[in-house]
Amino acid sequence: MSPNSAPAVQDSGQEPDPVTAPPGLAALFLAFARMSLAGFGGVLVFAWRAIVEQHRWMTADEFNETFALCHFLPGPNIVNLSMVFGARLRGIAGGVAAFAGLLLPPTLIVTVLAIIYAQFGELELLRRSLAGISCAAVGLLIAVVFRMMTPLFKRMDAVALTLMLGVFAAIGVFRLPLQAVLLVAIPVSIGATYFLRRKVAA
Amino acid sequence: MNAENPIWVLISTFGLMSLFAVGGAAAAVPEMHRIAVEVHHWMTEKQFTDAYAIAQLSPGPNVLIVTLIGYAVAGIPGAMAATLAMCLPTALLAYYVSRLLNRPNQSRWPGLIQTALVPLSIGLMAASALVLAQSTDRTIIAVLLTAMVAVIASVSRINPLWLLLAGGLLGFAGIV
Repeated sequence: MSPNSAPAVQDSGQEPDPVTAPPGLAALFLAFARMSLAGFGGVLVFAWRAIVEQHRWMTADEFNETFALCHFLPGPNIVNLSMVFGARLRGIAGGVAAFAGLLLPPTLIVTVLAIIYAQFGELELLRRSLAGISCAAVGLLIAVVFRMMTPLFKRMDAVALTLMLGVFAAIGVFRLPLQAVLLVAIPVSIGATYFLRRKVAA
Repeated sequence: MNAENPIWVLISTFGLMSLFAVGGAAAAVPEMHRIAVEVHHWMTEKQFTDAYAIAQLSPGPNVLIVTLIGYAVAGIPGAMAATLAMCLPTALLAYYVSRLLNRPNQSRWPGLIQTALVPLSIGLMAASALVLAQSTDRTIIAVLLTAMVAVIASVSRINPLWLLLAGGLLGFAGIV
């Protein structure tokens, strides 16, 4: 695993220095609250930015593996990620701190919006702004997906890149059902990884 | 526990639903619609669409549409109950599975499986970006906006919030 696959970042005025000791519970809560509050149209973009690029709590590869696991387990994947990530740094208390940081502030905001909506019930202006935000959010998602791919490109991992393209084409282009695609792709990928590692070891 | 208690119905409904929501919250939205609008009549069609819009519009994980469904059913206690029921059981499951997989002195299978899932996960994310782009970008200007944001966010270190704000302003002005 490459020690630091993320390009060097000099984020001026964002965070003082990459922390070497694991962050405390309050720091975890605040970090997840911050990415959550920034996360219009999805938190993944900001989770990658904070965890890999700003705080360097994980390398790109570690993030990818943790996210992949949370993605394939049931439940909202970023919520799973907060619990798994927090627990890895600070045990179950860290998991709960990250989980609470991710969910508490936006839950309050959305509840306030619900109360306002119940009073007025007109969302036309909001919806128009939302249309523009959604377009930008999709662009951000595309950019972060490319960043997640960089470790695979750097290693020129042909098998992984083929599998990735295969899943993308099957789901995104041909719109095959998710379960059927995964039923084929998961065993194929595990088998390919197994044989590749054996070949390297031999 | 009373079976008619709305809080209890919310907890059992979303707790169960979350266990089948593989691939994220977006995958579960059609099921939420079926339950909230068609089965229980908690919301009208328009209320559900607006709730979806509010959840998208607010910061935070998109799963927060369940907070709004919970609020519509039983006010603030309902909102909290629905959110926790949808998020906590699967987060704890993920915690236990991840701890199991990362136990030291174990066979190499857990690490191997995790590595094998990475390209599939990225492929899925790329597919959902494409699907989202196709449903969101209905005009040439919208496609251009998405493409510009993707390029700018890839090559620069600009805070993504500025790009979202720019998108929101363009939308507000009725350009997109």
